[in-house]
Amino acid sequence: MGTLWFCLVALMIAIYVLLDGFDLGAGAIHLLVAKTDEERRQVLASIGPVWDANEVWLLAAGGTLYFAFPVLYASGFSGFYLPLMIVLWLLILRGTSIEFRNHIHSVVWDPFWDFLFCASSFLLCVFFGAALGNVVRGVPLDGSGYFFEPLWTDFQLGEQPGILDWYSILVGLLALTALVNHGALWVSLKTSGPVRERSLRLANQCWWVVLFLTGIVTFASFRIQPQIMAHFRSSPWGAIFPALAIAGMAGKRWANGRAKEIKSFLASACYLAGMLLSVVFGVFPMVLPARNPAYSLTVENSQAGSYGLKVAAIWWVLGIILATGYFAYVYWSFAGKVAVDRHRDE
Amino acid sequence: MEHAVDVHRLHFAFTVTFHYIFPQLTMGLALLLVYLKTKALRTGDEHYNRAARFWAKIFGINFAMGVVTGIPMEFQFGTNWAEFSKSAGGVIGQTLAMEGVFSFFLESSFLGLFLFGEKKLGRIGHWLAAFLVWLGSWLSGYFIVATDAWMQHPVAYHTVANGRIELASFWGLLLNEWALWQYAHTMLGAVQTGCFVMAAVGAFYLLTDRDEAYGRTFVKAGVLVGIVAALLQLFPTGDMQGKLVAAHQPVTLAAMEGLFETHEGAPLAILGQPDVEHRRLDNPLEIPRMLSFLTYQHWKANVKGLADFPEELWPDRIEMVYYSYHIMVGLGTIFIAVMGFAVVQFWRGELFTSRWMLWLLMLSVPLPYIANTAGWITAEVGRQPWLIYGLMRTAHGSSPRVSAGNAWFTLIGFMGMYSVLAILWLFLTWREIELGPEHTGHVPEPGEATAYD
Repeated sequence: MGTLWFCLVALMIAIYVLLDGFDLGAGAIHLLVAKTDEERRQVLASIGPVWDANEVWLLAAGGTLYFAFPVLYASGFSGFYLPLMIVLWLLILRGTSIEFRNHIHSVVWDPFWDFLFCASSFLLCVFFGAALGNVVRGVPLDGSGYFFEPLWTDFQLGEQPGILDWYSILVGLLALTALVNHGALWVSLKTSGPVRERSLRLANQCWWVVLFLTGIVTFASFRIQPQIMAHFRSSPWGAIFPALAIAGMAGKRWANGRAKEIKSFLASACYLAGMLLSVVFGVFPMVLPARNPAYSLTVENSQAGSYGLKVAAIWWVLGIILATGYFAYVYWSFAGKVAVDRHRDE
Repeated sequence: MEHAVDVHRLHFAFTVTFHYIFPQLTMGLALLLVYLKTKALRTGDEHYNRAARFWAKIFGINFAMGVVTGIPMEFQFGTNWAEFSKSAGGVIGQTLAMEGVFSFFLESSFLGLFLFGEKKLGRIGHWLAAFLVWLGSWLSGYFIVATDAWMQHPVAYHTVANGRIELASFWGLLLNEWALWQYAHTMLGAVQTGCFVMAAVGAFYLLTDRDEAYGRTFVKAGVLVGIVAALLQLFPTGDMQGKLVAAHQPVTLAAMEGLFETHEGAPLAILGQPDVEHRRLDNPLEIPRMLSFLTYQHWKANVKGLADFPEELWPDRIEMVYYSYHIMVGLGTIFIAVMGFAVVQFWRGELFTSRWMLWLLMLSVPLPYIANTAGWITAEVGRQPWLIYGLMRTAHGSSPRVSAGNAWFTLIGFMGMYSVLAILWLFLTWREIELGPEHTGHVPEPGEATAYD
């Protein structure tokens, strides 16, 4: 039962990364691809009706993690106290900058929120990547089942690492470029004119950086976390996840060269899902590796009681079917390119 | 030397108090929006659609504030209260996850459609979107109240060897008696906030001789729904809450009432300042035997005072419990009076021209916020010294590795950020009221309005 819930949480996080990933990426490139007020409203309109619902996947995944693996939730959230709080602040800034921008039209109001939206999205991409890096590297858990990481120590992978070390920063940069690529493809899919052209160009340029960083991070990850190689050796079928990521990378190149935005975007989604699931598969059955492997949290030692997990399987499936229905309807309702009035109605 | 747990308590108290400013309005307004959309559907009068569009704007601002300040709440269970989460996560994680899965998806999906999709959805479709936003927000309220109710009155669990608390009955958790009454009481409080805000804006328009048709609609809706909510707030929901507290948290009841000594035929204190050190109420203004009657329907019933309980079971801030409870009840009584008078005037056809009543309605707008907040303080500080009543003490629930210094760092961060947000929220809400319903009378579309405009 614990393994099933492990897979479901991984699935929810993957959906979160694919969905909120594009609106985070769109935010990170906001100032780069949209120059005029009209162009910036195009970018905002491309995510306006959906970003909030996308973010709910984070909350739903968090809640699911909470009841299915309470030990992991307690240990991980208190250990990553500082970066999580910073993530919360960034989510607050980002949410308000999207929501409040259009209430007033002024040359001091708009650029302020545009900047905040862009900066907070940019930093969120880096922090989410760094968080994943921390999980792969392992955290300084001890016999009490707890740990606390300061934001940084000496940037090395020692016994007392900080949230930011050379490896997690590298993963953060990979996450940033991969989500920028993802977001640029979404924006090009939803817009027209100069915004679309700039986004396509950016996605093309980004591809090489993503390729380069993927190579380095993959190499470093296998060195730092031996469990990944061990698990791929013992269960070779797991190779489908890295294969999905590689296929996604190739697909992006192929489709983007032909300006097929929808195919590029889906390929990018395959890449992100493939990368994330490779990591999750690699560390399994650990859910939070420790620097000292004896103290690692595993599915077995962090799951909740079996009755709760069984009964939740029923309502969870029901709820997710409903949610999928809402999402399909909302995305369908707002399908197609966004149209922005040249002169805003004030 | 300061205990980290005190900082963690302040951290949660500050962030949740600020957060609840917004849901209490949006949950109340969601119901009133359904009312306005229903009127529009049944009468075919565009006036009600315009009124709904105006309130949708205010709703949008407050909803956004509620979303961004709500996310930190779920996170804090893990970040600041790790020992609690480790023990009880298998139980309360269920209701918190259900909130995400069943209400947030519903709410966030259909709010986008409600705000931007009016043209596309048609009249019935748009009514349905409003209805689903209401349903989502009220479901969300239920899951949160059920979570709190379990901490107030834990049921449907069993404790296993390592001290972990496991769920024993799903329906037992969801249909906790405490949750049902607390939910009804909480939602009525939210409806009153919505009603007072709507009536206050209407009164403002009538007093300033502008948008008078809207002013009348808003005052009428606020007052007629408001009186029902105000009455139900007192009875049966408030009454039943009190009886549950008397049955399961008798020491909390004594603190709420400022009752130090045990009495047969205990009096109800209307005024008086508790002096905990000397165990007495200064200059008390009391109704003799009333507390016994209200609690047990018997004038001579025995009500236990604080003196009958060991001090380590007393809530650690008795003054706070006492004052917040008295403020809540006092304001609740005032709401019945204000709304009651307004309804009488409405029947006589005098309400819309009665300037003193319009002034009163306009100036009352902060009061329901204070009453709702005071109610929550009564419940949560009254629950002390327990985090889970009778099962886990608050002192044992916080995160062992998060120091007071780190907790202060993030608390100060939240205080700074929320101060700025509060100013923006007041500014933007005021601006929408100032622009008025005619200004927002057109149908918004996503291209024109990029955000929840």
